[in-house]
Amino acid sequence: MALVLTEEQSMLRDSARGLISDKAPVAHLRGLRDSKDTTGFSRELWKTFAEMGFSGLLVPDQFGGSGLGCVEAGIVMEEIGRTLMPSPFLATSVLAASALSRGGSEAQKALHLPKIADGSLLAALAIDEGAKHRPLQTKLQATRSGNGFKLSGDKAFVVDGHTADLLIVAARTAGSAGDKNGLTLFLVDPKAKGLAVERTAMVDSHNAARIVFDNVEVNADSVLGEVDQGGGLLEGVLNIGRGAVASEMVGLSDEVFGRTVAYLKERKQFGKAIGEFQALQHRAAELYIDIEITRAAVLKALQALDADLGKAGNAVSVAKARAGTTATLAVQEGVQMHGGMGMTDQFDIGFFMKRARVCQELFGDSNFHTDQLAQGKGY
Amino acid sequence: MADLEKFRAETRAWLEQNCPAEMRKPMTSDGDTFWGGRNAKFSSDAQRVWFERMRDKGWTVPHWPKQYGGGGLDGEEAKIVRQEMAAIGARQPLTSFGISMLGPALLQYGTEEQKKEHLPKITAGLIRWCQGYSEPNAGSDLASLQTRAVGDGDDYIINGQKIWTSYANYADWIFCLVRTDPAAKKHDGISFILFDMTSKGVSTKPILLISGYSPFCETFFDNVRVPKSHVVGSVNRGWDVAKYLLQHERAMISGMGERGVGRPLGQIAADSVGADAQGRLDDAQLRSQIASFEVDEAALAAAAERAVDLAKAGQSHPAFSSAMKYYGTELNKRRYEILMSAGGIDALEWESDRSRGGARPRAWLRTKANSIEGGTSEVMLGIVAKRILDLPGA
Repeated sequence: MALVLTEEQSMLRDSARGLISDKAPVAHLRGLRDSKDTTGFSRELWKTFAEMGFSGLLVPDQFGGSGLGCVEAGIVMEEIGRTLMPSPFLATSVLAASALSRGGSEAQKALHLPKIADGSLLAALAIDEGAKHRPLQTKLQATRSGNGFKLSGDKAFVVDGHTADLLIVAARTAGSAGDKNGLTLFLVDPKAKGLAVERTAMVDSHNAARIVFDNVEVNADSVLGEVDQGGGLLEGVLNIGRGAVASEMVGLSDEVFGRTVAYLKERKQFGKAIGEFQALQHRAAELYIDIEITRAAVLKALQALDADLGKAGNAVSVAKARAGTTATLAVQEGVQMHGGMGMTDQFDIGFFMKRARVCQELFGDSNFHTDQLAQGKGY
Repeated sequence: MADLEKFRAETRAWLEQNCPAEMRKPMTSDGDTFWGGRNAKFSSDAQRVWFERMRDKGWTVPHWPKQYGGGGLDGEEAKIVRQEMAAIGARQPLTSFGISMLGPALLQYGTEEQKKEHLPKITAGLIRWCQGYSEPNAGSDLASLQTRAVGDGDDYIINGQKIWTSYANYADWIFCLVRTDPAAKKHDGISFILFDMTSKGVSTKPILLISGYSPFCETFFDNVRVPKSHVVGSVNRGWDVAKYLLQHERAMISGMGERGVGRPLGQIAADSVGADAQGRLDDAQLRSQIASFEVDEAALAAAAERAVDLAKAGQSHPAFSSAMKYYGTELNKRRYEILMSAGGIDALEWESDRSRGGARPRAWLRTKANSIEGGTSEVMLGIVAKRILDLPGA
């Protein structure tokens, strides 16, 4: 398959870009932050997302979605990255939709997927427990109890956890921390007894939560996929999420770069545009090259995810590792080349730096994925 | 789509049947590369058989038109041939500057007569070409070149000196930049001309490099007589041809950072460094350097694939090959720094049979030229800044 967007994909990009740049420029995020908005995103805009078919992008046709793939989800994420729009798209439309459509029973799919597609259900994936992303280290315990299970433990960095109507929780039903076997995914109602959600305001003004489970009871129907065998499903869903976040970082990097190059052409010092100085020209050129190479790696990973989810691991690790280092470089150069203005809150560039830091940690940073690749290649 | 899948299956079967086992092993020495030319010698029977079969199929240059000895394949088909060759680790049957540099320029700017004269001899490996671009005082500032061509009836008389002429001492013909109008602005008085290296007045002198090899020469022209009909493109418009050709050269050099099949670098390193109980390379710092390198290498491979696809879709920027050249060459240097570090003292032997005559350290030193030849990294960044980013004054 050619590593360029098809005509349909280009049209999707244009329509996503039109909507997002019009309704949710960076000022939108700034406004939500400044007003200490308790939702942290615009429900009205989410409705529009549903009307345009974005919320159900990965939901199969028979459940009311568009039945599109990871390349298309990445296209929307890239546009989200350009304006840093806070949106349930990642947690609900990418992660939850993937988990349900790939791991759900017919009843679970029929119950939840149409609501994801029409925008009426918000969901969140609860994985991380420690400071770093280590899905195999999952300790949150699910013990059999009567017809179902009892869940006890802590989750952190749950994207959109504070607004979710449905939680998808990774728990340990067998084995010990570090084992791939013995993981199980559960569908949990956030209003269940014993469950406490704390919204955690993050550096990037996006949404996350810490969630405590204290003997939360769920019935046997709440299991998503197979008991003890959730590791494979989780890995696939996480890889889709990683590809999506890598796309967001490409959009973010490209936008920061575009703003920075424009500034190099307009800002004058020593009687000329600072973009005339070779020291800055070469750094700008290097950053451009870095972004273009990462863009290709990310598209390659998205295509690999669509072609064969089980074999996409290495390509995804390459993409997420690259996207992390590229975005980090882009925002640092962005702030540096904007000089003192880059340090001011009034200027947007700082928002990109903050979001890039969060995207690095989401589903494994560059170090994590570089190590994954080494393991995948047998050294 | 179905046609392409059929083509892929046929290609795979043909390669499987026709590529000798020896020609599927990674290359280990210079002799493994077949350059063709009047004095060409095959280093093995397998190399000869492989070359002849590919030549007869038109696949020494699969994407060139059939009438010039190519395979007449379109972009998608040529990509499939490359992919299927890579899948079995098949070596290039013929490597030549005629294929990677002159050919594309002739196809774009040459007369029909020039194409008919030269392209079939390139695809058949009969003539080996060299490139006369750089001069002692014209390196990064190539357009300041001074080799003169003065008209004399139907001929030019050429005088001057070139430097860094790759394999000039083995080449049969040269494609050369000469100044035909010294009064014009420096980019405007240059012509692109072809001539036989056995012409009277041509001499070469190899330059010994830090690798102990002499892949480059100084090349001298002393009243060399060349017919005016050997100019490619218009007289005094040679810079257009030169730039076009440089884009192809840069694409080729950037490809040096790419690997086909073969063992991951981490496993090669484990041969000398060892592995721990979990099979991890027994040097945590080196392991992370290698893994970072492989992340970037895989990303570059995707970018190279995308560059071809973008060109096919008419969406590529003509200066993008400079971006790829920059990244690919810097990456290849990184690869060899890692290989040297992984090899430790074993990688320091210079002459022993054990080290195959110091193959690794010599190759390591050779890579240092990657970011100089064909335009330095700094020149590449300047081109990107100016032509792609449109930065002022660049």
